[in-house]
Amino acid sequence: MSGRLGDTADWMVHSPVFFVLLTLAAYRVGREVRDRTGGHALAQPVLIAVALVGTTIAVLGVDYRVYRSGTEMVAFWLGPATVALAVPLHRQSHRLRGFLLPLLVAIPLGAVVSVASAVTVVQALGGGAELARTLAPASTTTPVAIALSETAGGLPPLTAVLAVTAGILGAVAGPAVLTMLRIRERRARGLALGAVSHGIGTSRALTEDASEGAFAALSMGLTALTTSFVLPVVVALLVR
Amino acid sequence: MITGLTWLLACQLVGEVLVRLTDAPVPGPVVGMVVLFVLLRARGSGDDATVVRAADGLLRHLQLFFVPAGVGVVVYLARIRDDAVPIVAALLVSWCAGLAVVGWTTTLLERVGSRR
Repeated sequence: MSGRLGDTADWMVHSPVFFVLLTLAAYRVGREVRDRTGGHALAQPVLIAVALVGTTIAVLGVDYRVYRSGTEMVAFWLGPATVALAVPLHRQSHRLRGFLLPLLVAIPLGAVVSVASAVTVVQALGGGAELARTLAPASTTTPVAIALSETAGGLPPLTAVLAVTAGILGAVAGPAVLTMLRIRERRARGLALGAVSHGIGTSRALTEDASEGAFAALSMGLTALTTSFVLPVVVALLVR
Repeated sequence: MITGLTWLLACQLVGEVLVRLTDAPVPGPVVGMVVLFVLLRARGSGDDATVVRAADGLLRHLQLFFVPAGVGVVVYLARIRDDAVPIVAALLVSWCAGLAVVGWTTTLLERVGSRR
């Protein structure tokens, strides 16, 4: 009897059914906490879900790679969801007029500053070259960050974690810091948040204001594009 | 819902194929986003379009799709603890610097542009 119980438990902690259920349930708890706290900035569903799932698989002794491959079908929808960001942009496209120049100057400038400052700070504090290459793409959207980290010679899975962290930072503190920096125009706020906190920052921007969300989506896409060109150059110049 | 999701996946596939054909250093879904944007503009789609409703449905839960990658933190807890100072400092500094530079530059150029 105990053999069958053990086998069943073993099957469960390797089953996609369990991992997807765990992920959805943890996310659901995250949404519930956000709603119950009246949308408190710290109560980001992704943050709560990562903490709950991380603790659970650590307690059960499940290898992360097993969890990751079991939840492939959840991560899969990040692609179509990124495509879906065209919709808020479409709704706000009338607000693009007269905004092209700021956009085309600010985003590349932001990409250079993000990559260069990450690399410089890591090395100044004795983090080493591999860590510098790992942190360099952290402000771009997760799939791009992983690819860029790979070509730059970083640790792609750690880059993914740091990219998600930068996203969560934007969702938690972005709007407050923007107000502190006296950036009040909705389009400017959206562009800034999308540039440093990609999709997760965009999801917060969408709940703040429709045009802030649309410009965050646009910024996320353009930042991914420009960082892809800028990063190899900056890394070659600055990483020792 | 299914019709809408079909459109989203079709746009993503077009994006992925274009990226591979041209060797562009961009992710397929981002190109797919541009493809869908062009389609929506061309057709003047309203909020009742199936693809728009499917997109709104996915975007409401955008944060969910980042959870599997985020849980990877459990693997790197030791590494992050060992290099906590450079990692945390670099993340914070580059995040703040990027936010300020993009926000301020945009605000400045927008004011210059609207004064003309």
